[in-house]
Amino acid sequence: MSQDIYVVIEHLRGQVADISYTMLAGARELSPAAGGKVVAVLLGHNAKDLAKDFAADQVLYLDHAALAEFTSDAYQLALADLIGKDQPRAILFGNTSIGADVASVLSMRLGLPLVNSCRSFTSNAKFISQICGGKIMAEGELPSPTALVTMVPGGYSPDQGRSVDSPPIAESAVPALEALRVTLSKYIEPESADVDISKEPLLIAVGRGIQNQDNIELADALAQAIGGVVCASRPVIDQGWLSTSRLVGKSGKQVKPKVYFAMGISGAPEHVEAITQSGTIIAVNTDPKAPIFDIAKYGVQMDLFELVEVLTGQLKAKV
Amino acid sequence: MNIVVLIKLVPDLVEELTIDSGGAGLDLTFARWIINEFDDHALEQGILLKERHGGTVTVVAPDLEGADDVLFTAAAKDADRLIKVKGDFTMANNHALARAFSAIIKDLQADLILTGVQAHNDLDGSAGPLLAECLQLPYVGYVSGVAVNDGKSTIRKEYPGGLLAEMEVALPTVLGIQAAEQPPRYVAVSKVRQAMKTSSIEELDASDLNPDGAAEIGRMFQPEAAAHAEMIEGSPEEVSAKLVGLFKELGVL
Ligand SMILES: Cc1cc2nc3c(=O)[nH]c(=O)nc-3n(C[C@H](O)[C@H](O)[C@H](O)COP(=O)(O)OP(=O)(O)OC[C@H]3O[C@@H](n4cnc5c(N)ncnc54)[C@H](O)[C@@H]3O)c2cc1C
Repeated sequence: MSQDIYVVIEHLRGQVADISYTMLAGARELSPAAGGKVVAVLLGHNAKDLAKDFAADQVLYLDHAALAEFTSDAYQLALADLIGKDQPRAILFGNTSIGADVASVLSMRLGLPLVNSCRSFTSNAKFISQICGGKIMAEGELPSPTALVTMVPGGYSPDQGRSVDSPPIAESAVPALEALRVTLSKYIEPESADVDISKEPLLIAVGRGIQNQDNIELADALAQAIGGVVCASRPVIDQGWLSTSRLVGKSGKQVKPKVYFAMGISGAPEHVEAITQSGTIIAVNTDPKAPIFDIAKYGVQMDLFELVEVLTGQLKAKV
Repeated sequence: MNIVVLIKLVPDLVEELTIDSGGAGLDLTFARWIINEFDDHALEQGILLKERHGGTVTVVAPDLEGADDVLFTAAAKDADRLIKVKGDFTMANNHALARAFSAIIKDLQADLILTGVQAHNDLDGSAGPLLAECLQLPYVGYVSGVAVNDGKSTIRKEYPGGLLAEMEVALPTVLGIQAAEQPPRYVAVSKVRQAMKTSSIEELDASDLNPDGAAEIGRMFQPEAAAHAEMIEGSPEEVSAKLVGLFKELGVL
């Protein structure tokens, strides 16, 4: 048993994900109160080189051919074994396509409590989780003696979890990874896109408030009048009203335009995490309590359908 | 093929959320319970697979206000069997839900168990992976495509930026659905009414609502934003004029 804070590093095709550094930053906040070290846990195959800029006291490296690419089964087996042996104070996972496939399963398998959607820790080892689409925060003591935690971005900047020195690396034994029920066949690249929204300076973003496919034309007309590009939140993409290449958010693209003009978007955390690098966010929403107004510089509380054509008309008159 | 769809009901975020007098939970006295939106995608994926491969779709939901509506709507979409799990689920966490549902699903001989990848009030993990472990089945989440061949499933798992992983998963399995291959179908109210007449809901008792595995919550609160948007007011014309000015100022016009 130890007071160490373990961070399960997420990486995909040779690239360490930002959430890993966010978690390292969280672990550094937590470790003084816990009185242990920050340990980066890296699973992979011939992937030791990925451990070069982790702001950790130590790296534990688990190497196995079955860990070359992420699959839930192999990660669960390897981590269940490690956590059982070491019993650290906490193990942090991303609340992501990788971490969320593992953390809940391990909670049931090992009988360890799980804190989901943690955004930050307090200096006296409390967690603060974000739920209900960002509308509610829940705070509590980190369960003892060993807690599993999944983390969402927003509480720490990834840069706080980067370091110029590379921490010492120790290899940790990997159990037999046999009879795996989940295997990776291949990766499928994103469909090629006509525009790259991550590079556009002016984005007109539409959310569920746009109501139907026909109304996308209203956004198109506005974008044309002002010289911007249309993008959207997930519900719009899932309906097939715009192509996946226009998706902004956790499962889509991170964007950093000069101006992000959002209409009918509530500002759910999975959307917001991808737009915080924008120069200026302007939001149009009928709900005065929509979380998007908390991160927007300017807001308009109005029915977008009352506004959009008038605005398009005025823009057209200008040019 | 036996497909089971697990549905979780969640408070509607469109309604005002309030904290209860204890300060550590939501006041759910007047909550409007709706289907978790990703569970709706799981149901759609289940129906699509039934259309493709035959078999049955069984929908399981906890006994909360609104469960009957959700179940009959599923029947109107062609689900075959409706099960309502009796018990006090108002404050039940996902560990309790998973244990209770696993006891029931164990007997359903499912080949495929589909549920939403997450729900907005998942504080102790998500129902899908917790259930998978209770049943000792594999789990893959963030799934947006499922095919079934020769006793195994081929799934598409989403990673950020539109990257997909194609994975093979042995059956039976639990999958956390992010998006169905097509948007959840719409059913007319008249079809739901008809389903109320022609189908019935089986009620089964939850054997065990054991919540172990969650952290204790000391306090809940509404986040105080570091800042709030400067609101632009006026008629649509006035607001538009101000926005045009702002676009110029910001150098995009
Ligand atoms: C694993 C995972 C990954 C996800 N990835 C993403 C992602 O990449 N991108 C993403 O966007 N989401 C993502 N989501 C979904 C996310 O949780 C939210 O469901 C989504 O962002 C909500 O989109 P929205 O704001 O358009 O819709 P809603 O939350 O339904 O909001 C609609 C808003 O429109 C407003 N409105 C309605 N009518 C009008 C009107 N006439 N005029 C003005 N305003 C109006 C409403 O007040 C409301 O605020 C993900 C979810 C999960 C679980």
